[in-house]
Amino acid sequence: MREKFIEFRNVSFRYGDEQPWVLENVSFEIYKDEWVAIIGHNGSGKSTIAKLMNGLLYPQEGEIIINGLPVNDQHVWEVRRQVGMVFQNPDNQFVGTTVQDDVAFGMENRGVPREEMTKRIGEVLKAVRMEDYLLTEPHRLSGGQKQRVAIASVLAINPNVLILDEATAMLDPRGRKEIMQTVADIQAKNEISLITITHDLQEVVQAERVIVMNAGKVWDEATPREIFTKKDELREIGLDVPFIALLADELKHNDVSIINEPLNHGELLEELWTLHSKM
Amino acid sequence: MDITFKDVSYIYQANSPFSHKALEDLSFHIPSGTFVAVIGHTGSGKSTLIQHLNGLLTPTIGEVQIGDYFINADKKPENLKELRSRVGVVFQYPEHQLFDETVAKDIAFGPKNFGVSEQEIESRIEEIIPAVGLDKQLLERSPFDLSGGQMRRVAIAGVLAIKPEVLVLDEPTAGLDPRGQREMMDMFYRLHKERKLTTILVTHSMEDAVRYADHVIIMNKGTKYMEGTPEEVFIQRDALNKVQLDVPEVIQFINSFEERFHIKIPFKRQSVQELAIQIQQVLKGAESSE
Ligand SMILES: Nc1ncnc2c1ncn2[C@@H]1O[C@H](COP(=O)(O)OP(=O)(O)OP(=O)(O)O)[C@@H](O)[C@H]1O
Ligand SMILES: Nc1ncnc2c1ncn2[C@@H]1O[C@H](COP(=O)(O)OP(=O)(O)OP(=O)(O)O)[C@@H](O)[C@H]1O
Ligand SMILES: [Mg+2]
Ligand SMILES: [Mg+2]
Repeated sequence: MREKFIEFRNVSFRYGDEQPWVLENVSFEIYKDEWVAIIGHNGSGKSTIAKLMNGLLYPQEGEIIINGLPVNDQHVWEVRRQVGMVFQNPDNQFVGTTVQDDVAFGMENRGVPREEMTKRIGEVLKAVRMEDYLLTEPHRLSGGQKQRVAIASVLAINPNVLILDEATAMLDPRGRKEIMQTVADIQAKNEISLITITHDLQEVVQAERVIVMNAGKVWDEATPREIFTKKDELREIGLDVPFIALLADELKHNDVSIINEPLNHGELLEELWTLHSKM
Repeated sequence: MDITFKDVSYIYQANSPFSHKALEDLSFHIPSGTFVAVIGHTGSGKSTLIQHLNGLLTPTIGEVQIGDYFINADKKPENLKELRSRVGVVFQYPEHQLFDETVAKDIAFGPKNFGVSEQEIESRIEEIIPAVGLDKQLLERSPFDLSGGQMRRVAIAGVLAIKPEVLVLDEPTAGLDPRGQREMMDMFYRLHKERKLTTILVTHSMEDAVRYADHVIIMNKGTKYMEGTPEEVFIQRDALNKVQLDVPEVIQFINSFEERFHIKIPFKRQSVQELAIQIQQVLKGAESSE
């Protein structure tokens, strides 16, 4: 049995008494060592879920449990030690006056010894390829460089839960692949829960499971392969399927029989090859 | 308005120990009414480049010409405000351009500042809100009490409200959901066609560049690395890989298809539908020839 690490139990949330509910009766579980992608249209409640996970917000109804601890005033500091989060806009999380200070900040709070800290600053900045910017002021970085530093700062604290809220949206495609590979390696090695909130369908494909949000409710929960067979329904709620799933769908419309739903180039080519050699 | 960069270099914090050259000897010409995509790796100078287009930055060396406005180290145009009413810029992070109390006031700020009448502003907002996919109910909300994608839509609405002749977009679809990305790009393209808007799009999406742009400029480390039509630029896989870029996914697929089947499908900016038909015919052709 896999160990449950994050639990949402019938969670409802609104930003004020007069405001509309933005999450309604949301329940799900995320395991330790699992990679879950959360997708959904703009305003569907994804970032709100992220903020509830580390106690930046509390739900009006329902309960959130992280590693056995209910997220409330009593446990919020312990919860935040375990949950590392990269915000949608990195400017909202920079605290240091230099890149190096910024990465150090989270570690200082957690009492990491100085020597260890220096070592880790070097490591994480190298992992995101920002080692040449130690003394740069964060607001003087380019959009993508800011995102790289924000990711490094969170990696430095070795969290048990890593939440990336559209944390790679400003990276070039190669950079995005590299960074996600780095993060995936760390996730596998340290057996942490990884939660990626993203509109990038390529990134969704890599997750083990997908939670689809629609208008504040959980719309579906399944593997990427299952989710991406629902092209028309996804489009109705503002989403879409990756290029390869789209192409496979069009091929089917043209009487090319695709038996296994492909998710990447290799799989689709394999399907076509099998078909071709049978001809 | 035509846009010309003549040997432009830009140095951040010049004459300080932190000086950093972000653009170097950059020259290009964009004829009025063109749709240009600017592409390049993180930190290659794209945002620095576009901030020259409305005089937010002034070249350290060289000259930028936009229509009849000249911007160089010695002279900024006196009528910068007029330039900014004609060149609208959507910044990379929407929060950087939101500031007013309510969404409605935020969108109205630009046109009001440029002397557009209340009545005209109201009718513009009426038109723009659905076009950017915003819910009318959000108009009285603070722009900071919105989701990331909603903020992006407000920032775009604010720029469209000034009805610029040149539209400059710095990764305008980052943070939008898949439908929003498609609808927003289609809307920019429609405006470009209907109003002959010169459009400059900074993007990491090779797909959008192929789909919408007449002309592509590839940046690398502050210099122009390549330029040309999408068909010319995007078939150069090795050259693009060298500067951290990939060819669009369609071309990646066509390439691996060729490797596997030894059959070439030429790239002609075809849609997914057209590609599926071509593959089907290729497979059928292979069948009948055997
Ligand atoms: N501070 C706030 N005050 C009031 N309402 C808010 C606030 N922040 C967000 N909202 C509203 O809550 C809803 C959910 O927002 P949330 O940020 O969770 O969406 P999201 O799924 O992350 O969207 P996006 O993809 O655009 O980032 C939206 O309708 C939004 O307008
Ligand atoms: N305000 C600033 N002060 C000093 N250097 C800066 C400043 N803004 C950007 N830079 C540097 O100039 C270079 C070009 O930055 P720019 O923002 O133009 O890149 P970009 O191509 O837009 O990148 P991205 O795709 O990441 O947004 C980068 O190396 C960056 O660190
Ligand atoms: Mg969000
Ligand atoms: Mg930029």
